[in-house]
Amino acid sequence: MKILVAIKQVPARDSQLRVDAGGKWIQESDLSFEINEPDAYALEEALQLKDKHGGEVVALCAGPARATSTIREALAKGADRAIHIEEEDLSSIDALGVARLLAKAVEAERPDLILTGLQSDDQGFGQTGVIVAELLGLPHGTIVMAAEVKDGEIRVKRELENGWFQHVTMPLPAVLTIQSGINKLRYATLMGIKKAKTKEIKRVTVADLAVASSPVVQTGKVYLPQRTKKTELFEGDPKEAAAKLVERLKFEVRVI
Amino acid sequence: MNGVLVLMEQTGSSWHRMSWETLAAGQQLGADLNLPVWAAVAGNGLDALGAELATRKLDRVYLVEHGLLESYTPDGFTAAYEQLIRKLEPSVVLLPHTYQVRDFAPKLATRFGRLLISDAISYRNDGDGLTFVRQLFQGKLNSDVKSVGGGITFASLQAGAYRAEALQAGSSEAEVFAPELNAGQIREAPEAPFRESARAVDLTTAEIIVSVGRGIKEQENISIVQELADAMHGELAASRPICDNGWLPMERQVGSSGQTVSPKLYLAVGISGAIQHQVGMKGAKTVVAINKDPNAPIFEIADYGIVGDLFEVVPALTEAVNKARG
Repeated sequence: MKILVAIKQVPARDSQLRVDAGGKWIQESDLSFEINEPDAYALEEALQLKDKHGGEVVALCAGPARATSTIREALAKGADRAIHIEEEDLSSIDALGVARLLAKAVEAERPDLILTGLQSDDQGFGQTGVIVAELLGLPHGTIVMAAEVKDGEIRVKRELENGWFQHVTMPLPAVLTIQSGINKLRYATLMGIKKAKTKEIKRVTVADLAVASSPVVQTGKVYLPQRTKKTELFEGDPKEAAAKLVERLKFEVRVI
Repeated sequence: MNGVLVLMEQTGSSWHRMSWETLAAGQQLGADLNLPVWAAVAGNGLDALGAELATRKLDRVYLVEHGLLESYTPDGFTAAYEQLIRKLEPSVVLLPHTYQVRDFAPKLATRFGRLLISDAISYRNDGDGLTFVRQLFQGKLNSDVKSVGGGITFASLQAGAYRAEALQAGSSEAEVFAPELNAGQIREAPEAPFRESARAVDLTTAEIIVSVGRGIKEQENISIVQELADAMHGELAASRPICDNGWLPMERQVGSSGQTVSPKLYLAVGISGAIQHQVGMKGAKTVVAINKDPNAPIFEIADYGIVGDLFEVVPALTEAVNKARG
């Protein structure tokens, strides 16, 4: 089985974010980057399906040159090869445009299954997988918490709201968007890291893919949200802050 | 290009409550743009729901009915709504940002060469088109987003972004719209929804909840939060990543995919407060947040907060609580 997994590199979770001078994106120069968390679970799911059914896992990533570190990590964990759509300013292309690029790159590979995380931690449109499925004319399942391949079909467990789930079966090839927590992530082994250095990363540019696309949404300014609630903040020495908070909990909230 | 279409969501016999919030936003948008407002719902046997919908101030209600829409499938719902939209040619299509909408609406917008502006928290009319506000980085930043290039604007609205109480009553006509569908075009075979085994922990009745998030870093560290929960005489809960890692059982998870709680006190330790978490605990009477990042979204809904290192603050707080109890 050939499985393609689309991954994205995003700023590390605990980053202190600052809006850049242009006011339309964040200052990236002083940030560290990592794989988008739901994509890490999608990669793991791809690797586990390969462990079970054999075949090949191809990592697909659109992003600037720095994304190479995330691609190498995917290769170190066990992906067989990678395709890097290299684009320095990905945030200037809207989610439909990015999905068109990904779909074009996928088309040539003809995988049996395409996996990706259900949303990105940066822009959070939560749509790339579904749009890619539509562009390729494939069925899809979203917010997937389990996947089982059998006889040319895939049966997935979809998460619904409030603790409900549902099984859905669809024919392959198909696209799944993976929810965090579907599996237990593996670490790259030393051997894996060593091997990754010899694995192929095919680099393509936006121009190579020749996808005609004009933007359909435009991002204006990016800014800190306005606080709607007045929060009483206690700062400084932890012991003093704790004492002040306990006073409020005792005399105002009355829970102690 | 002539109206605002709100796509409502039903679950067999009842409405998804977020539909009403979106309908209220649709009424407001229609008034702002001086456009008619239509509501549509897809399914099979929608008479009762349609009659209820027709008691709101709307220009028309469309019941998109077909035997193949009895169970939700992305192929079926997308094809059905696509036909309705081609007929009505609305300028704006609004949807509630539910799990079901996340599943089909990006596909629907793509059919029209458009991109769904997903999970928007508000809109404004600047005169030169609608601007929607979206959250980035799990709520740490906001951004203004606009549809460009002509064509329909598709947008889904976050839970709680608009208030259902603002809905205006009225009366309108419900019309059946029968889409052309055949079984062959629906590739997904859904089974009946189910719940995992009964929950052993019921957080919904807890008066005091002490909840732990990603900031705790390691499973072993959870004990300091457990100690605080014990001192507070409260239940221990967690945000999703903690349960994903298997550090605490799923049944202790608060948020859109876990339990929805409304305790007297919700104390969030090392939880940044992404919307998926907030929807599960916004109903708490008092919210306290402990986080090292002063810009963490949790502080936006917190009554009290301590900005600091939880590994110093939590033990200090446990000690202070014990001392206060004497």
